Amino acid sequence: MLTRMKSCVLVVDDDPALAEMLTIVLRGEGFDTAVVGDGTRALPAVRELRPDVVLLDLMLPGMNGIDVCRAIRLESGVPIVMLTAKTDTVDIVLGLESGADDYIVKPFKHKELVARIRARMRRTEVEAVEELAIGEVTIDVPAHQVQRAGERVLLTPLEFQLLVALARKPRQVFTREMLLEQVWGYHHAADTRLVNVHVQRLRSKVERDPEHPAVVLTVRGVGYKAGPP
Amino acid sequence: MTAFPLADRTRRGVTQARQLGRELAEAFNTVWRRSLQLRVVISTLALSTAVVVVLGLVLQTQIALRVLQGKEVDTLARAESGRVLLERDLAAVDPIREGAQGDLNNALDKLTNASGADEPSSAMAGEFRAVLTTSRASGVAEVAAGPVEAVPLDLRDKVTQGTLARKYVTLDEVPTLLVGQPVRTANRDLEFYLLFPLTTEQRTLGLVQSTLIVGGLILILLLAGIASLVTRQVVRPVRQAAEIAERFADGHLDERMPVHGEDEVARLGESYNEMASSIQRQIRQLEEFGALQRRFTSDVSHELRTPLSTVRMAADMLFSSRDELPPALRRSSELLVAEVDRFEALLADLLEISRLDAGMAELGSERVDVHELVSHAVEAVRGLAEKTGTPLELELPTGVYAEVDPRRVERIVRNLVANAIDHGEGRPVRVVLGCDDQTVAVLVRDHGVGLRQGEAGLVFNRFWRAEESRARRSGGSGLGLSIAIEDARLHGGWLQAWGEIGRGAAFRLTLPRALGDPVDSSPLPLGPQDDFGSPEGAGSVPTPPFGWPVTVVPPSCEVDEVDAISESR
Repeated sequence: MLTRMKSCVLVVDDDPALAEMLTIVLRGEGFDTAVVGDGTRALPAVRELRPDVVLLDLMLPGMNGIDVCRAIRLESGVPIVMLTAKTDTVDIVLGLESGADDYIVKPFKHKELVARIRARMRRTEVEAVEELAIGEVTIDVPAHQVQRAGERVLLTPLEFQLLVALARKPRQVFTREMLLEQVWGYHHAADTRLVNVHVQRLRSKVERDPEHPAVVLTVRGVGYKAGPP
Repeated sequence: MTAFPLADRTRRGVTQARQLGRELAEAFNTVWRRSLQLRVVISTLALSTAVVVVLGLVLQTQIALRVLQGKEVDTLARAESGRVLLERDLAAVDPIREGAQGDLNNALDKLTNASGADEPSSAMAGEFRAVLTTSRASGVAEVAAGPVEAVPLDLRDKVTQGTLARKYVTLDEVPTLLVGQPVRTANRDLEFYLLFPLTTEQRTLGLVQSTLIVGGLILILLLAGIASLVTRQVVRPVRQAAEIAERFADGHLDERMPVHGEDEVARLGESYNEMASSIQRQIRQLEEFGALQRRFTSDVSHELRTPLSTVRMAADMLFSSRDELPPALRRSSELLVAEVDRFEALLADLLEISRLDAGMAELGSERVDVHELVSHAVEAVRGLAEKTGTPLELELPTGVYAEVDPRRVERIVRNLVANAIDHGEGRPVRVVLGCDDQTVAVLVRDHGVGLRQGEAGLVFNRFWRAEESRARRSGGSGLGLSIAIEDARLHGGWLQAWGEIGRGAAFRLTLPRALGDPVDSSPLPLGPQDDFGSPEGAGSVPTPPFGWPVTVVPPSCEVDEVDAISESR
């Protein structure tokens, strides 16, 4: 990975005014920005620029945000924060399922936007040598690698963070709110759908049978916990 | 009571019987009212019975009259010929002298034996018995032949006077026709009677009568059957139509009546089908409009939110560096941010109400501590209360749980409290939580200007504002109470308002503790508690839930709500 002085945010939005405003705000916060106004050009830009975060508007000409999101996820685990005007469960869940890590509902506040982006750039604090295990899944934290029965499993940074958070405290049951704070960086009540969708996505990658999870267990009425080591 | 167990039991029995009778009458009444066919059949039965009875009576009377008339004519002829015969035989007999009895007997025997032999015409009169006797009035002993005791006295009187007389009597249970006339003998008149038993005639009449009864009964039954069949033919399509109309009303808009032939029923079917098609067309159109409107709302939301995001960020940018701006620009940036907030709130409220209108609102219910919920809502508006110096009096018992959508209920309470602070003129605002087995209620009471008569019904109207003197502080959109009442309806609950000029206003939210249960009463009085009048008094507006199409997310999904959605995909 290139070493850069500043973190780079790729803004995918067709509204020039909003894109420009986003650029001004993010530059003011010390980020590098690049703007793409068309869904079809988003993936080439990701390949070329290797941004640290993608800020993706869901309603785009050319290729809609959901498809763009899926296309990016196929080849990159780059954190994606979607911008959406729709607050209905279906729209949000569809966006999250297509691979977005987080979302911001328009109209958003300056501070909220920056907080979301910073939270996504935050890396898991690495302690010297740390190896975690849940069942047949082993996690090499400093190397950002996850293996299931010796096979490498590719996780996005967010999924990795989620798994590590659970694995580090194997006896702890995490409520959705706790996970929202630890993994997403929300300090006040936020949308628990984020957790639900990402647990599903994580399970689909690390579980042998996502219908009967053994790694990320549901504790009914409370939240989630790691499976036995 | 124990003293008369029998009477008591009898009375009870009678009461029971009366009760049973009433119930039967009730049941019959119901069937009578509900079945056209039954009504027609019973009416036909009643009318045809009357007609048949009258006809039968007339017929029977006529036949009896004719039969008896014929008999009389025959008997008179017989009697006449008998008299002629007797007068010839007894012309020389003196009935009073000794031995006349034998003469009389002889004459009668002759008469009886000769009957039918010489005069065929009188054979029609049938068999008979004859009586020959001397007059009673003569003061001497009667000399008689035949069953003279069978002859009634009034008939004998008439004959004594010399006239021909007849009379119907019943002898030994046999109806009998008696004909009497005087017979002239040498010395004095004798009385001559003929007794004709009417057995044959009675038999004939009996036969006629039973024929008439059986025929009448068969006729009546036939008529009832025909009436039943005919009405069935008419009623069946009507019933069918009713069933189809019911199904149509239940939402099966494709239901149509089958049309056969060209009669009235077919015409009914055709016009019904036309009506159904027209309604279906209009409903489809409305649905399309609804869908269009929803899409429009969604599009507007996106289209408005994008520029609003830009404005918001720009305003935040200006606001964050307001210290570097000259005072006028600084104030402008503050106003800009505040108004963008308000604009955003208004947009959110508009979207929410259009979602509620479209029936797209989801009720995400879960079992929550209502105390906590209300406390949260109150805390959210505490800032506003402090700004206006309004003391908040809270009366919130703990441990009240209910199955509600916490987001919506919190929004309702927040709206009510903000509204009360807005209009409370700095006087205390009371928030009371109450519950009973079925319901929970939140009462928000202010002591501000209150509401004029009739205004309690208007407060829930969209963008309704009371008189100008009611200053707005919270900068509400004017939709808060409208959304609140829709949210209450979504829960199947009530939101009611009370108000009086100078005494303030009260708003009461009543929700069922378990979703789907009905709300019949509220655990808290709506009116002022310092007032002993009827708390449900003037100005209260009950809000029975409307039949909104509500999407309810079942509470069982509370944990894996999204998991469930994603798994189903």
